[in-house]
Amino acid sequence: MTGTIQKSVLGVNELQVIASSILSEAAKRGADQAEVSIAANQGFTVTAREGEVETIEYQQDKGIDVVVYFGKRLGAASLSDIRHEAICAAVDAACHIAKFTGEDSASGLAEKNDLAFHYPDLRLAYPWMISVEEASKLACECEREAVQYDKRIMSAESVDVATLHGHEVYANSQGFSGKYSYTRHEISCILVAKAGEDMQRDYSYTISADPSRLESTSAIAKDAAERTVRRLGARRLKTMKAPVIFSAEVARGLLGHFNAAIQGGSIYRKSSFLVDHVGKKIFPDFVQIFEQPHLPLGLGSVAFDDDGVITRPNIFIEDGVLRSYALGVYSARKLGMNTTGNCGGTHNLTIKTGNKDMAALLNLMNKGLLVTEVMGQGVNLITGDYSRGVSGFWIEDGVIQFPVHEITVAGRLQDMYSRIADIGADVDMRGGILTGSILIEEMMIAGE
Amino acid sequence: MTDIYQIARHDLLEPAGLTDHHLNQVLHTLAGKQIDYADLYFQSTYSESWAMEDSIIKGGSFDIDRGVGVRAMSGEKTGFAYADDIIFPAIDQAAHAARSIARAGGDQTLKAWHKSHTHQLYKPVNPLHSLSETAKTRLLHEVDAYLRSKDSRIIQVNISLAAEYETIMVIASDGHLGADVRPLVRFNVSCIIEDHGRRESGYSGGGGRYDYEYFLNGNLAFKYADEALRQALVNLSAVDAPAGAMPVVLGPGWPGVLLHEAVGHGLEGDFNRKGISVYSDRMGQRVASELCTIVDNGALPGRRGSLNIDDEGVPTQNNILIENGILKNYMLDKRNARLMNKQSTGNGRRESYASLPIPRMTNTYMMEGESDPEDIIKSVKKGLYAVNFGGGQVDITSGKFVFSASEAYLIEDGKVTVPVKGATIIGNGPDILTRVSMVGNDLKLDEGVGICGKDGQSVPVGVGQPTLKVDEMTVGGTRVHE
Repeated sequence: MTGTIQKSVLGVNELQVIASSILSEAAKRGADQAEVSIAANQGFTVTAREGEVETIEYQQDKGIDVVVYFGKRLGAASLSDIRHEAICAAVDAACHIAKFTGEDSASGLAEKNDLAFHYPDLRLAYPWMISVEEASKLACECEREAVQYDKRIMSAESVDVATLHGHEVYANSQGFSGKYSYTRHEISCILVAKAGEDMQRDYSYTISADPSRLESTSAIAKDAAERTVRRLGARRLKTMKAPVIFSAEVARGLLGHFNAAIQGGSIYRKSSFLVDHVGKKIFPDFVQIFEQPHLPLGLGSVAFDDDGVITRPNIFIEDGVLRSYALGVYSARKLGMNTTGNCGGTHNLTIKTGNKDMAALLNLMNKGLLVTEVMGQGVNLITGDYSRGVSGFWIEDGVIQFPVHEITVAGRLQDMYSRIADIGADVDMRGGILTGSILIEEMMIAGE
Repeated sequence: MTDIYQIARHDLLEPAGLTDHHLNQVLHTLAGKQIDYADLYFQSTYSESWAMEDSIIKGGSFDIDRGVGVRAMSGEKTGFAYADDIIFPAIDQAAHAARSIARAGGDQTLKAWHKSHTHQLYKPVNPLHSLSETAKTRLLHEVDAYLRSKDSRIIQVNISLAAEYETIMVIASDGHLGADVRPLVRFNVSCIIEDHGRRESGYSGGGGRYDYEYFLNGNLAFKYADEALRQALVNLSAVDAPAGAMPVVLGPGWPGVLLHEAVGHGLEGDFNRKGISVYSDRMGQRVASELCTIVDNGALPGRRGSLNIDDEGVPTQNNILIENGILKNYMLDKRNARLMNKQSTGNGRRESYASLPIPRMTNTYMMEGESDPEDIIKSVKKGLYAVNFGGGQVDITSGKFVFSASEAYLIEDGKVTVPVKGATIIGNGPDILTRVSMVGNDLKLDEGVGICGKDGQSVPVGVGQPTLKVDEMTVGGTRVHE
């Protein structure tokens, strides 16, 4: 195998030039304001199975989004083609659409003094100098170790090694033009274990912007194998109320619902259970939730938001009380507030953890359910109603007794948040939301 | 009849001056020694969406995406690359990258191209041009005004209208030459209603492989609005859902998402080739009660999940997955079919040129039975009647699946009584189907809103079923069920 793509990929500076040419095309057509975002990336994924590389996928994407404003009306277009004719056609299409949209008093670009004209370089790109052959070798090694780890491991569904290098540009007619590059590297291992008729699947992965921070293939193989084998022999539980721990990787989702509920778009549409909740108590006193947009190597780190506004370390929950929503320029105008630099979302939303590791947290719970996987979409952000399929482990005397599955946990997010008893120190860094495991005093478990 | 091949050549090849000579050259690059199969997938997609909020047409967008996916297979191996420009040098480069996978494999000679037989399940129309911009925005304004006038407690209305016009062409080393022109339209309405401080929402929508006229016929767009409001009102009076195992009656139509999750994914060929599906090695065995006959049919006229040919150029067909409870067929793409010594079932689908084809569902539904839906309700002493759902998810290895009810009622002494809040229902695919004890005579397909995600790829799908009763499933409510 000698696969490499030699095609010269557009650099971030060239993307900036394209962005400015699009802005001038918009101005030529009489647009009062315009904005452009461009994303481009390239990379590859190799997948190994049964000792050999099964798939090599080369990735190379680019996407351009253009928005033009005529007074308070807007039109948008997107394209992947960077030829001049294609760009002109897209700007024409956006201008055409703007004739038919309505006057919206909240519409328009950020005010000049909110724009991030001086933004820091967060150094988010650490290219991985790895060839397809080397990546294939890594994937095969990981698979071999994983399937040999335990005789109950039947096979690997797939082992992937992936690397991606991307560029992002945002420019608007207020004179702002921002750019950054980032990288993402990942090794993941999905296994299937079998004992009699019982077949279970689980996985492990490592992801980082910096390849030197990736965990070793051995560590991933071992973790994936242990996670898969320990699920064998799972049973259901009786229907009951009990304390529940959401392990760090699923606690991220729990905090993700809070994140979604404080987004400006959810608030002005009144489609959040946290409408009119600023200044109100949502969590117990000890809970602090904030963001760290400049966190070194953070997977959610970014210097400016999707409006070109500087990002900042907002505090959303202070001593359990909601202090602020996460607002972009548009949602802020709709709510009569100021942007918080959160157009497009929060950046490394973080919950302050306690000092217990998982063992200590299990000990504190003593008897209850440890959830390690959630299934389905049973979350209603308008009402806070929560009901999801889960699997995990039944805990007694602070120790795992047996694996469980085919059960649900249900409650209301409002109650779940106010009944958080502790937050573990075992933070999962593999995403843009950072939390340890979360212990909730009591939830309804449905089973047999 | 409009020649689809002409349209595809005109849209995909001619702008870049690509000729058969170029295509042959690329296929030769791909299909040298040690390559068993190779194909090129040309695609162009034009899409638009119009969105209304606060009674203002706020969003309007237009999107163009064009590219070519290039694939080469050698034994179990696949090399894949794509170009997001339809120009010869980019395609040629992608071909060199894709073929680098080859190390072992057959000595493939190119077969002469023959056009795939195709259905005419939908017209090769561009729906974006089927209404003027003024007419599109007028429709949104009218539906908004209509819905808001129906109930003064409505505090939020969101409406969107979207269309896609996709042209594809597949050229494969096995001689398959396929082309398809695929329109797709969709209309969504959601509303939030507030009463005494309680806020609840309702949603409805639909669509299919038509142009925008579809929503004007019989005031369909306004009926979606009626339905969204009806659901919001039901939710306003919903009480906490029960928790625990109980009989569940599923209404007709969209609740067929149960089949999609509980059996559909588990019967996709890739999982079964690898032996990691709960249905692996169960061909010919009983996996459901004898009342259950389940099909995946990509050849229904106009449906959202339908295709004239799949994304590998194979005509879609009506595949019987389970017949009277016995497992009959898996759903296969070319790759898994080749490795399993079977034929593709026309289920090779891809999100776009930038993704590899994998076995996917089209329109998956259960054939109707003989029971009167009223008798099915009457047969339940205490249970749940679930008529509408959000999405679902399945673990195909363990067979565990969930789906989330968005409209459900208690059944007490054979009668449908109070509405209950949304709850997740969880089960084990093979167990659930053996517990289907009554199947209604009221088969209905969904309205055309389904999106299925697998391996990071989204494709439009359809589901359907008659009313059916499952003797026991676990309902994830919050209230103890006596």
